[in-house]
Amino acid sequence: MTGAPLLEVEDLRIDLDDGSRRVAAAESVSFRIDRGETFGLVGESGCGKSITALALIGLLRPPLSIGAGVIRFDGREIQHLSAAAQRNLRGNRIAMIFQEPMTALNPVSPVGRQIAEMFVLHKGKSWREANQLAVEALGNVRVPAPERRVHDYPHQLSGGMRQRVMIAIALACGPDLLIADEPTTALDVTVQAEIIELMRNLCAERGTAILMISHDLGLVANVCRRVAVMYAGRIVEERGSADIFRAPSHPYTQGLVDSLPRLGSRAALGRNRLKEIAGVVPAISNFPDGCRFNPRCARATDICRTLVPTADFLEAGGLVRCHHHA
Amino acid sequence: MKLRANLIIGGALFALAIVVGLLAPWLAHTDPVMDANLLNAEEPPGWTWWFGTDDQGRDIYSRVLYGARVSLTVGIVSQLINSVIGVALGLSAGYWGGWWDDVVNALTNVMLAIPSLIFALAIMAVLGPGLTSLLIALGLTNWSYTCRIARASALSLRSQGYVQAATVLGYGDLRIMITQLLPNMLGPIVVIATLGMGSAVLSEAALSFLGLGVRPPFPSWGSMLSDARDQITTAPWLSVFPGLAIFLTVLGLNLLGDGLRDILDPQSRSRRA
Amino acid sequence: MPMLSFLIRRLLQTIPTVLAVVMLVFVLFSVVPGSIASTMSDDVDPQVELRLKQQLGLNDPVYVRFGKYIAKLATGDFGTSFRTREPVTTMIAKRAWPTLQLIFSAMAFSVVVGVPLGFVAALRPGGLVDSAAMVLAVSGLSIAKFWLGLVLMYLFALKLGWLPSFGYGDGSLKYLLLPAVTLGVSPMALFARTTRAAVLEIMTADFVRTARSKGMSETRVVKWHVTRNALVIILTTVGLQFGGLMGQAVVVEKLFSWPGIGSLLVDSVLQRDIPAVQGSILVVVLAFLAINLLIDLLYGVIDPRIRYA
Repeated sequence: MTGAPLLEVEDLRIDLDDGSRRVAAAESVSFRIDRGETFGLVGESGCGKSITALALIGLLRPPLSIGAGVIRFDGREIQHLSAAAQRNLRGNRIAMIFQEPMTALNPVSPVGRQIAEMFVLHKGKSWREANQLAVEALGNVRVPAPERRVHDYPHQLSGGMRQRVMIAIALACGPDLLIADEPTTALDVTVQAEIIELMRNLCAERGTAILMISHDLGLVANVCRRVAVMYAGRIVEERGSADIFRAPSHPYTQGLVDSLPRLGSRAALGRNRLKEIAGVVPAISNFPDGCRFNPRCARATDICRTLVPTADFLEAGGLVRCHHHA
Repeated sequence: MKLRANLIIGGALFALAIVVGLLAPWLAHTDPVMDANLLNAEEPPGWTWWFGTDDQGRDIYSRVLYGARVSLTVGIVSQLINSVIGVALGLSAGYWGGWWDDVVNALTNVMLAIPSLIFALAIMAVLGPGLTSLLIALGLTNWSYTCRIARASALSLRSQGYVQAATVLGYGDLRIMITQLLPNMLGPIVVIATLGMGSAVLSEAALSFLGLGVRPPFPSWGSMLSDARDQITTAPWLSVFPGLAIFLTVLGLNLLGDGLRDILDPQSRSRRA
Repeated sequence: MPMLSFLIRRLLQTIPTVLAVVMLVFVLFSVVPGSIASTMSDDVDPQVELRLKQQLGLNDPVYVRFGKYIAKLATGDFGTSFRTREPVTTMIAKRAWPTLQLIFSAMAFSVVVGVPLGFVAALRPGGLVDSAAMVLAVSGLSIAKFWLGLVLMYLFALKLGWLPSFGYGDGSLKYLLLPAVTLGVSPMALFARTTRAAVLEIMTADFVRTARSKGMSETRVVKWHVTRNALVIILTTVGLQFGGLMGQAVVVEKLFSWPGIGSLLVDSVLQRDIPAVQGSILVVVLAFLAINLLIDLLYGVIDPRIRYA
């Protein structure tokens, strides 16, 4: 492993063009992921985490587009690459798993074929060889009797099995980075842990870095070494997972941590209500000035309503964007 | 952008056809039936005879104008009958359910099994040619689609809170159907009716072409084309104008229907072509 | 095996519809007051009329006649033509092949042109090709078949002299071409629109996003993942369009003097040859139902989610 990071995102802005005007759905997004590292991006729905992922893999579609910033992958800027060059990275070196295992697979194509496509696309294999490799790939994600399962259609598989197929597709070409967008949200709780475990083990074996995206801070902190919290299109805090739980710095992160049930805590025993963050996430067209969290923040003062906070680097490592951070 | 173009062009063409039909007596140069003069037979289009004349010396321009009356009357009235039948059957079947629903479903299946033009042809065969027969034949044979939409819509609306509230308030079934359910399904039904008018105009022309439409010599675009077929070698212009008139009228209705669908029934836009 | 039981069940489901159509056709021509009387022209001797009616069994009560009619139908006997005194079954059999030829060629033409047109249009929605294709499609739906036929006849037969203007000839392609294209234009237009709408909808599906995330080119996405899903939707439209085609075939056969069931139907209607009219309509309906049954079976081949359970 070299010292250079695998992925660097600098000041990324994603524009939403609604025909008459253009607003930033995400802005000043910066983070980096090292080789083999696990990095989490957490936030409520609509905070911009999913579109950030789509931007990384080059799948933003109108009305969304990259407005500014740099995405550097393996030392090379990729945000302006030609469509063909992007396709060579996509699936091959950067792979993605989506949330909906029900609909993310083609209903009228056998799952084996959907895995085999990866080897045909990126490894120059014939369909015969690719089908063989697909059986292997399906076995690698612990699907029993893979040589029979490859002939199944998605509707014949359970949700967990389908997500295993998705992982097999994503890891087929041995990518350097796996983006997992809410990979277990749609699954039963019992299956969730299995899938997460499988994904983490396979990536660790292959040295594949993971960018995990979720609304669930607890889950992400459990899987990832470092976590960034997004709110209303901006990253508000980025820390090591352990730190963020022990001493959240941004008021929003504190809110998130307080709203998590903890084993053995009074809240979990039902004697105390879980805390929630008052108010709602503002709409993209209606972001407040200054710090976007200020209308919901107990610590907000005048400066919060006018001035966008800059990133403060914390002594213990990590950064936070808050005028009054802890 | 495209949405507006559909509506404007479609509406304009349809309005033009209506105006032409209404004002035919004033716009026409001659009487479409009586002013036959063999001395003027088969004149090509020109200054005197804008669209030319036929083998009996009748002015094609005037006949095309009067032809709009037949086409539009049949198109509008027969589709109105279809809409009323379709809504009445579909709405009541969806609202009441039970054996009545089964009956309506069976009836719709039978209707769908017989190609509508062939059904209309059979009815024309029984009733004989003429405008009234046309209205009946085309009015009875094209309601199955409206019926299905009305039924599906009534079925889904039936369980809605405000409909149940009306039931609790003691409203009669008929009143609920007309005041609560009907307004909520009007959008798609207007769209189907507009497109249905276009196909009724085409069917009328087809039946008249086959000699089963309005009795000659009264002009209908379809029967004019039927005459024109025999003279296509000697007087090809006879085929041009009635055909163009049908095309523009139906095009207008189709564009209007598409445009209305974008406004009134947006969720079906992607599903149905 | 499940396919066979599905087939049998679907056949059983069709029986009530067929019976209802038979009854409808019977009622329409035999019970509606005046319909039979008007088949005789006014100058027919009342004595002759009476004898004729007796001969044709028209004096029996309605239910007896209907029972006899059904019984005869069940043996494949559609009655005897008033006009030619020939068995209707023979008349129809003679004309079945030309009609099948015409309808299937028209369908082939409309699918082969319409479906790819819809695909091309959907790939760049709002683009030049899309706009042109959709203008063409709405025009194709708005044009009167027999007028289009007349225009084509004038151009290709009379002016250019490339093709025969009408008739069956030896039934070869050059005779078939103009009628088939004329008949195929409006389903072609409809398929172009349906295909475009289907493809546009499928392009927004999650599995298409997955396919893109694999690094596939748009062409491959369409070829590998959109086509088959779109076919499921297109197949439904194709099945329904057979009905429309059979109706329109009447007009087109008449225009091109094509010796099929459609022109038999029109001639029989014009000459009030009731048994021939009833027979033709029943055959058309049965054919339409059979084709839709076939389409239902085809679904299972294209869409793995459908099972004949």
